[in-house]
Amino acid sequence: MALYLAQFLTGLAGAASLFLVASGLSIIFGVTRVVNFAHGAFYMVGAYVAYTLTERFEGAIGFWGGIVLSVLVVAALGGLVEILLLRRIYHAPDLFQLLATFGLTLMAEDLVVIIWGPEDLVGPRAPGLKGAVEVLGQAVPSYDLVLIALGPLVLGALWLLFHRTRFGILVRAATQDRDMVAALGVNQKWLFTAVFCLGVGLAALGGALQIPRDAVNHAMDLTVIVEAFVVVVIGGLGSVGGAFLASLLVAELNAFGILVLPGVSLVLVFVVMAVVLVLRPNGLLGRAEAPARGTGQMSSRPWRPLDAKAQFIALVAVAVAALLPLWLGPYGLAVGAEMLIFALFAMSLQFLMSTGGLASFGHAAYFGLGAYGAALAVKSLGWPMIPALGCGVMLGLAGAALFGWFCVRLAGVYFAMLTLAFAQIAWSAAFQWTAVTGGDNGLLGSWPDAWAASPRAFYWLSLAVAVGGIGALRILTFSPFGYGLRAVRDSSLRAEAIGIGRRHTQWVCFIVAGGFAALAGGLFAFLKGSVFPDALGIPTSVDGLVMVLLGGVGTVSGSVLGAVVYKALSVWLISQTDYSKLVLGAAIVGLVVLFPSGIGGFFSAWAGRRRVSTRATAAAPVEAAE
Amino acid sequence: MTLRVSNLCGWYGQAQILFEVALDVGPGSVVALLGRNGAGKTTTFRSIAGLVPRREGVVVFGDQDVSRLPTYEIVRRGLAFVPEDRRIFTDLTVEENLEVGRQPPRLGVPHWTPERLYELFPNLAAMRRRLGGRMSGGEQQMLTIARSLMGNPRLVLLDEPSEGLAPKIVEDMAHAIVAMKREGLSILLSEQNLHFARLISDAAVVIESGHVRFAGPMAELVSHPDVYEAYLAV
Repeated sequence: MALYLAQFLTGLAGAASLFLVASGLSIIFGVTRVVNFAHGAFYMVGAYVAYTLTERFEGAIGFWGGIVLSVLVVAALGGLVEILLLRRIYHAPDLFQLLATFGLTLMAEDLVVIIWGPEDLVGPRAPGLKGAVEVLGQAVPSYDLVLIALGPLVLGALWLLFHRTRFGILVRAATQDRDMVAALGVNQKWLFTAVFCLGVGLAALGGALQIPRDAVNHAMDLTVIVEAFVVVVIGGLGSVGGAFLASLLVAELNAFGILVLPGVSLVLVFVVMAVVLVLRPNGLLGRAEAPARGTGQMSSRPWRPLDAKAQFIALVAVAVAALLPLWLGPYGLAVGAEMLIFALFAMSLQFLMSTGGLASFGHAAYFGLGAYGAALAVKSLGWPMIPALGCGVMLGLAGAALFGWFCVRLAGVYFAMLTLAFAQIAWSAAFQWTAVTGGDNGLLGSWPDAWAASPRAFYWLSLAVAVGGIGALRILTFSPFGYGLRAVRDSSLRAEAIGIGRRHTQWVCFIVAGGFAALAGGLFAFLKGSVFPDALGIPTSVDGLVMVLLGGVGTVSGSVLGAVVYKALSVWLISQTDYSKLVLGAAIVGLVVLFPSGIGGFFSAWAGRRRVSTRATAAAPVEAAE
Repeated sequence: MTLRVSNLCGWYGQAQILFEVALDVGPGSVVALLGRNGAGKTTTFRSIAGLVPRREGVVVFGDQDVSRLPTYEIVRRGLAFVPEDRRIFTDLTVEENLEVGRQPPRLGVPHWTPERLYELFPNLAAMRRRLGGRMSGGEQQMLTIARSLMGNPRLVLLDEPSEGLAPKIVEDMAHAIVAMKREGLSILLSEQNLHFARLISDAAVVIESGHVRFAGPMAELVSHPDVYEAYLAV
């Protein structure tokens, strides 16, 4: 009994930091509609800065003063990011903001290593709170008790801020209808900056308060951001009270999960999240999503199946690709096969995003499931390559069916966050379930059968699979199912009115996209001869997104080109620099700032302007409308 | 003139909605912008307030051209916009809704406080702590006007103030508008209901398909049944 109480208190203490991070995320989203992926990075930087400051200044004043100072420093940094970066992309589609802030996260991960070094840093204990208090015979760290008290205190302070100050009332009003707030004479720019600073400050406080409990390291951002996403999805985006309840729930589930079901603690959180989402799709205290903004990435021109000329070009491209082994050596062929595999992966994501209108941030889950499924079939069951690939696809389909069933209940950023959370859960399972997946050591020895073992044969196999898969996805796009999918994407109400069910259609789309991603993943396992948890990781998901963006979201299969270009760039980049994350992150941020409507959107807008100018001013006046 | 609009054109996407709209609102006068559904009334208001993405023309407010300014700057100069769809903050109380609209006092125009607004709209006084979402349509309409008055405007753009309200509330609304005029406010209101507009307006501008078809004193419009027949009768 006493043990459970101690565990309960540990959970409460853990909830404090989680609440700080999640409430900051929620407040920022509420007003600016930006899902700040970099929130975890600000949490991490808060911890690093607090480490430096509390090491430098001694005593109680030094410690608490250092924490407060680190919060101010990081909040100011957040303000800088908002002014320099976010202001340029508020009008870009949601996905681009998520991507840009992800780019910041990548940069932060390398920057903290450059500044503070790669080792874990153990900060000072809080002065006067180094001991433990006895609670029913169990020693509970007194610092934990301070944290437990802090959660409700911050909640109370936020409540006062939001209900008793003009700033807070403006924030609440803007959360509901920011355009009306502007129409009442409020300068949104500075309101947004202030809100961003507040939210980032909360994240930094969460990070700074962790230093006496945990070592500071350069990977703590991803753990916390995923947990914060889960908290926010459970509690309801934009609701501080919901974030409080949900962070208690998640922290307690973590605390007791380790006690009751060691090793599968994550599954508990997953099950609870699933139950909450089925019962309350907007979270515990969330409300129906505010009027959704158009994704702004729909195709401006109607899509058509390939005409004779385009068919010829595609044929030539495939023929050239098929003849490449005549010139390329083994390394070139391996890179080529990888490009083809990622072209298929990117194409499956593009099918989900542009045909289905579902922007997934966790598509790597199905790529990774395919890879693990194939590798496990070879390793554990001794299956040959083709059936093993089938096994991988089946696993990917099953995963997509399970996760997708929940995901398609949501839309927009909720959808993106949930797909990301599921992918991270799949990643954790691969990482933790050492008995089956080998954990961090991965699964080795998934080599192709003898007939496909030579680099040439494997390249041709990849080409055949990629061309077949991409062709199938194209045909699907122009099939009645594809039309239904686009109808649901453009207007789910009207689609429902003519008998196309939104959820069901999107669910099938999710599964199909997952299946093709799994096929690519299975091939990847055979290409590398091994699988590691990275295959399911967030960076792999983001790779796919960047490929799709490079190729243009509004196109049918532009991502094939995007995959080839991006893969070539990243292979070259990684060979050139030690700080690939910093460079890649900066590249993503730059891409989003330069092309806020995507490169494809940029070029089609450019082409559109040319068309309009050649047609001169012949535009007939259109009937007036209000 | 308090407001002088000339050559105002407005677009939504590629579609031009307004064609060289011109209208004047004198100090302390009430001007009705009349027209059928879809004539361009709301777009005219939104263009004046800077809420239409693409607009051209000149909007002189006071002695300043505000046609290039962002919405919040226009509003801060004393031009309030009361949208047709009310846009009450449903999660905020009546008091808090008023607080969002508050701007510093302005020289030469009436200074509004919540207490004075409760006198003007007695219904609101009884529900200061009520959430905006728990109010009837008429009460919300009162609140949205009161909220804009908290900015101490010189001129109020009232978009279809009588729309969807019960006859009794329409009457209250007319009284409130007359009281605002008595305070010295200039008002530009849009209406489909000529009867309501006649009661309270000094002048009328009739708009159809984005073109101004008539502008003149209210009495003149009333004596021209042909204009009424052509552009307003349903």
